[in-house]
Amino acid sequence: MASATVHDHAHDHDHHGPGPWTRIFTTTNHKDIGSMYLWFSLLMFFVGGAMALLIRAELFQPGLQVVQPEVFNSLTTVHALVMIFGAVMPAFVGFANWLIPLQIGAADMAFPRLNNWSFWLMIPATILLMGSFFVPGGAAASGWTLYPPLSTQGGIGVDMTIIAIHILGASSIMGSINIITTILNLRAPGMTLMRMPMFVWTWLITAYLIIAVMPVLAGCITMLLTDRHFGTSFFNAAGGGDPTMFMHIFWFFGHPEVYILILPAFGIMSQIIPTFSRKPLFGYASMVYATASIAILSFIVWGHHMFTVGMPAAGQLFFMYATMLIAVPTGVKIFNWIATMWRGSISFETPMLFAIGFLCMFTLGGFSGLVLSIVPVDITLHNTYYVVAHFHYVLFPGAIWALMAGVYFWLPKWTGRMYNETLGKWHFWLSAIAFNVTFFPQHFLGLAGMPRRIPDYALQFAEWNMISTVGAFALGFSQLLFVYNVVSCIRSGAKAKERQWESADSLEWTHLPSPVPYHTFETPPDLRVAKAAH
Amino acid sequence: MKFMNAKFPEYAVASWVRYAIAGIAVLLSPALALASYDVNIAQPASTIAAQIYGLHMYILYFCAAIFVVVFALMFYSIFKFRHSKGAKPDVNFHESTFIEIIWTIIPFFILLFMAIPATKTVLDMKDTSNPDLTIKATGYQWGWRYDYAAEDLGFYSNLATPWSQIGQPGEPATEAKGKDYLLEVDHPLVVPVGKRVRMLITSNDVIHGWYVPQLGINQYGIPGFIKDVWFRADRVGTFKGQCSQICGKLHGYMPITVVVKSDADYAKWVEESKAKWGNKSTPLVAAPGTAAQEPDPEGPLLLADLKSRGEKVYATNCVACHQATGKGMPPAFPALSGSKVVLGPVDGQINLLLNGKPGTAMASFARLSDLEIAAVMTYTKNSWDNNVGKAVQPADIKAQRKS
Repeated sequence: MASATVHDHAHDHDHHGPGPWTRIFTTTNHKDIGSMYLWFSLLMFFVGGAMALLIRAELFQPGLQVVQPEVFNSLTTVHALVMIFGAVMPAFVGFANWLIPLQIGAADMAFPRLNNWSFWLMIPATILLMGSFFVPGGAAASGWTLYPPLSTQGGIGVDMTIIAIHILGASSIMGSINIITTILNLRAPGMTLMRMPMFVWTWLITAYLIIAVMPVLAGCITMLLTDRHFGTSFFNAAGGGDPTMFMHIFWFFGHPEVYILILPAFGIMSQIIPTFSRKPLFGYASMVYATASIAILSFIVWGHHMFTVGMPAAGQLFFMYATMLIAVPTGVKIFNWIATMWRGSISFETPMLFAIGFLCMFTLGGFSGLVLSIVPVDITLHNTYYVVAHFHYVLFPGAIWALMAGVYFWLPKWTGRMYNETLGKWHFWLSAIAFNVTFFPQHFLGLAGMPRRIPDYALQFAEWNMISTVGAFALGFSQLLFVYNVVSCIRSGAKAKERQWESADSLEWTHLPSPVPYHTFETPPDLRVAKAAH
Repeated sequence: MKFMNAKFPEYAVASWVRYAIAGIAVLLSPALALASYDVNIAQPASTIAAQIYGLHMYILYFCAAIFVVVFALMFYSIFKFRHSKGAKPDVNFHESTFIEIIWTIIPFFILLFMAIPATKTVLDMKDTSNPDLTIKATGYQWGWRYDYAAEDLGFYSNLATPWSQIGQPGEPATEAKGKDYLLEVDHPLVVPVGKRVRMLITSNDVIHGWYVPQLGINQYGIPGFIKDVWFRADRVGTFKGQCSQICGKLHGYMPITVVVKSDADYAKWVEESKAKWGNKSTPLVAAPGTAAQEPDPEGPLLLADLKSRGEKVYATNCVACHQATGKGMPPAFPALSGSKVVLGPVDGQINLLLNGKPGTAMASFARLSDLEIAAVMTYTKNSWDNNVGKAVQPADIKAQRKS
């Protein structure tokens, strides 16, 4: 360990090479690129959040007060696209960049230049997506699912969105190729597959999901593009096509996408919970198998997004059974995490608070998912606020809290400085309360029959909407605490220990100083004996 | 399989939950005690909806039971195994094939118990055979058309809430919102009580969703395809719903109202409606008080007459996008005041109204009668900054419709 430090200092010359701007554009260092991904996604998180607050401001009261209905539709559409493709996915790729080489004992990612390119591709894509608000006809306003024929009606903003998704998809595919190659080829001697930290495992599986489904999305939106401009009729009944086919293809991508957003979060949880329970992860092997089962099942459940298209009973029943089945491996994961805490020695630093919050809220989101898997119940709740509540329960405290927990957890390692623990706890508790005030009432709205994606609503929905909006603003603004905490940690945090969390046992904690040097593991650590001791 | 035939928990239990949660809300905030805090699915009014309601409660009880177990274990761990209380970790407790098998198998069986009654309801919902009555519902941007196949009867059903209650950003509503704000239509769908009604759902332009929760129906209308669903209303009453699938700018403004009448009242309604709407060759506009019900007159009409009729047609069909001021909301919704199309040749504007403009939100308004199109064109040509000074006659529209 000590020798590694000395070794790295000897090679520290890259810091003094290119100037800061050249470095940003040309860097091939996984830590630089990881940080760039994380900062980018943080920015996009606030852009998407601002759109969400505009949506909630309009829904504060019945009537039209803040935005025109078509702008409202664009906001719901782009809010989703920004959060999925601009915030959550890049943030996980940022974590992958930072952590995978460190956790498997590799010097860098397998394809460093590809890595640089997959980051920089996101910038023109984002400019296209955000720029679509300012072109004639406005941004895409058909919901993020872009169902035709509605999406064939829009102006050039829809084309810009399609191209943006194409580019983001290409970026994700390149990132995934990089991740898979790195994990399969660059592991240190002794780092067998079944000794990899869970974060690495979940990303390996996620990367395969991305490679499998992103091209499907690309094909789907390309057909949409040619329907719009080149006279094809893939999705136009008048020309022999079928709008339902778009939904099938879209959701064949869309459902695995849900797991692309959550599996790496499972990985982060599986590292944080054991660390603060001071106990190894319960059922490591079954966690790996459960993750793989979830990924495989995710390919055969897409029909549950479209029970109301009028598919035959056999189709509805198949997709219902398959969807319910996902509850089994997901349940196994929840039980394993609880069993990890069982007979542990738990402390409640900020990452652990977020992890426990994740467990509670994700379980609730799982229940509403189970309710929605039941076809007849889904039919009465489809496209209502119940669905909105459900997926925000799995994505906000699921994906976003896992990311925040991860940032708090690894900041000491990345920066060599500690964040402010009190502020972190405030951030958690404010987020937890505000999140539930925002989204719990939306279950009631959905049960009472309020459709989603409407800018205005009947009077019976007024009370819960008002409460939800109040919660949304509290939730949005409490995230500023996070930014403040991260920035002040980087600038003036107290010095962090090499092994800030004494039970953390992946390589970045056991083999590397804090902050991690610019170059690490140029000679891979030999883990054939050493790791067995843990 | 006793539970397969067992009656699902009745509403009494559900209303207990409802009251409990509403009670908490009331305690938290006495000032809001009079407001509506619905927390559950609305009272079902059809056999299918009743099954859905029961099924939802049934699943919810399972979830509640699992919730109690999972959260109890989690919070027991959180309180019992605290580092600050000196808990020593049992680092050897991290593997147990037996436990893993147990918590894989038990959930599987719980799911089985959920799947069986759900399957039964799915099969019931899908059985659309032997209807007493078939009605086709066609969605369009933004309203519905209902056609009664056997009665040779058809009409449009549009939002009846005036824009003066809705308002605009920067222009507050000038009228108080009514009780049925955004849930009221001019001509509701009317069906007889206790009869198997088969609905054929389709669409004229984009995908819409025909959603009436109390009847247990939520079905996409897909342009070019017809899907069928059914319901049997179990009591007389009025049941509300909305379009459930985003369908463009006014997605939030295309409500559905179903009025369930007794057989005698329904028969009476059919007779009255046939007199108004029986002749399918005359399409109807929904705005009450327009000339829709009258046959198109033969002779030329005066500009002033057409303009005043046109104003009403405009208020129902055009105002949401092109605005009362005629200034529209460019660039998505162009201004009509000073518009080249409106001020240009009559044929161009007729063509636009009959066929719409593909790729934009401008839909076809061919469903309006010749008189209505002529009236609204006359209105747009002679309002705001426009002053053509000439009327458009229904005969012009008829001529172009044929060509």
